[in-house]
Amino acid sequence: MSRLLLKVEGLSKRFTAKRSVLGRTLAEVRAVDGIDLELRAGETLAVVGESGCGKSTLGRLVLRLIEPSEGSVVFEGTDLTALTATDLRRMRRHAQLIFQDPFASLNPRMTVSDILEEPLMLHAVVPPGERKARVAALLRQVGLRPEHAARYPHEFSGGQRQRIAIARAIAVEPKLIVCDEAVSALDVSIRAQVLNLLSELQKRLGLSYIFISHDLAVVRHIADRVAVMYLGRIVETGPAEQVFARPRHPYTRALIDAIPKPTPGARRERPLLEGDVPSPLAPPPGCHLHTRCPRATAICRSERPPLAAIAPEHEAACHHPLEAEADAVVDAVRDPRLESLMKAFDPPSVVS
Amino acid sequence: MTAVPVNAVQSVPDAIESPGRRAWRRLKARKSALFGLVVIVLLVIMAVFAPQIAPYDPIKQSWTLVRKAPSAAYWFGTDEVGRDLLSRIIFGARASLSAGVISVGIAILAGVPLGLLAGYAGGWVDGVIGRLTDAMLAVPFLILAIALAAFLGPSLGNAMIAIGVTATPIFVRLTRGQTLSVKNEDYVEAARAVGNPPIRIAVRHILPNILPALMVQATLTIATAIIAEASLSFLGLGQQPPLPSWGSMLNSAQRFLSNAPWMAVWPGLAIFITVISFNLLGDGLRDALDPRSK
Repeated sequence: MSRLLLKVEGLSKRFTAKRSVLGRTLAEVRAVDGIDLELRAGETLAVVGESGCGKSTLGRLVLRLIEPSEGSVVFEGTDLTALTATDLRRMRRHAQLIFQDPFASLNPRMTVSDILEEPLMLHAVVPPGERKARVAALLRQVGLRPEHAARYPHEFSGGQRQRIAIARAIAVEPKLIVCDEAVSALDVSIRAQVLNLLSELQKRLGLSYIFISHDLAVVRHIADRVAVMYLGRIVETGPAEQVFARPRHPYTRALIDAIPKPTPGARRERPLLEGDVPSPLAPPPGCHLHTRCPRATAICRSERPPLAAIAPEHEAACHHPLEAEADAVVDAVRDPRLESLMKAFDPPSVVS
Repeated sequence: MTAVPVNAVQSVPDAIESPGRRAWRRLKARKSALFGLVVIVLLVIMAVFAPQIAPYDPIKQSWTLVRKAPSAAYWFGTDEVGRDLLSRIIFGARASLSAGVISVGIAILAGVPLGLLAGYAGGWVDGVIGRLTDAMLAVPFLILAIALAAFLGPSLGNAMIAIGVTATPIFVRLTRGQTLSVKNEDYVEAARAVGNPPIRIAVRHILPNILPALMVQATLTIATAIIAEASLSFLGLGQQPPLPSWGSMLNSAQRFLSNAPWMAVWPGLAIFITVISFNLLGDGLRDALDPRSK
């Protein structure tokens, strides 16, 4: 097993939703509520959950683009939450971010070469004389042509822009990239290409990914491990195969069951959860899910269930975890269309 | 680092058009803006080459030529001490245009950094800057300019400073507001994520994206500043005699409105044409630089 790259402990972020006239906090949202995570070098950890569950906030907290309210983020032995602004900027060389919307994440007033040279300059990745050559190499690496360096972002399609954003992220030769819904805004065929590019780069550069997504079909392809979030907390985490094949938390199970079946006449199972996600301003006490969970009992209403080991490497935060059914839902997470596209766009053989 | 394309990308459109070039193309398509621009260019040429263009010395008095109506020799007529009005209008463009451009330059140099600071830093810095600009904006523009000019002493330079300081809060406000809206864009967060220091984010990533709005505001404020200069000169707080300025020419013309109306018509017309040209250009720029309009 490879070495530990990132260790997150007790990470929380509270946003003030309402203030009194005197500036006292009247209401707050716990966007991220006491999260523990570990990431190993070269590994892909997917963070999944519905919109509003705090997964994007988590991604930004890990990079300390948002200041955490509590907790620590230890990256290669350094606690990021304790760094000064200058040291934090220096650390940014090792951890990068790819955004969801490639139309918003590139400065419209900068050419591609400005965008890619900036990180090279800031972190002195290569001597000034070699920057142009490195930009050309980066563009080739993400499947664009060196001539594209003189263009502005608006001259590219969404998929091409996302490649530019990826090139910017790998320009500093990072160890970790947080992909915040990095392929969600792309068409299915482009999505397959970009996913292939990401895994290709991971193999070649030894990257670790934190892959934030709501799309389980995508996650299934790229993730080694999965962490499922609900209202700011991780409810289940484990190896991707295992979590998808044998979910132990009712919420995970419900997420998987909610994927539309591509086969006509597929058996539509009774929905596992009732009602809507409660307001994050006033989450229910105890287990956040108890208002919607058919298995809820008295203890669920009063006590927050801790993340507990259920199988090797597999943890769930549930007082009444599901039994390990024998591969009952194993194929639910497949998206045959995406799979065939990924295969189609996969290069026959890559010679490095 | 040799890399084999992972999966080469399809064609990218060949046309390379920078945002600046695109704006210029769209500005050219707008007749009124183009008209404004042409007039401004002509006015600037006139001001720069005034000694070559003006038929007479603008400050040479002649008691035989007092208040002559426009004629073949004196196209615009003469004023109360026999000076050629056409020459004075041509030289007066120097005072008006430089007052407009320099005072707006002062306002931008002071206002934009303050606005960037307020918008990007936020917190108490924003509070202090915000309250100060509010206080200045609470006083009517011209009143404040007159008070400042009177305090600094009557001269064209002081009038420019007074107008510049008075116009500063406009730019602080605009820059702050634009900064607030741009700073939440993904590309600014991306700039932070890549490790840019705050000053570089403000100057390299935020400023270029709010520049269009600032350019429009600058053009429109030049028009206001020209009127303010004329007003200050009219009150004797701007250009000092015998040097000409359109405002001071209007001032001396008011006593002869009934028997020498041409003395007021020409400087008034000059101010009107200059101001409307800047306004037309400003409006055109607003449209041309708006990324949403095609």
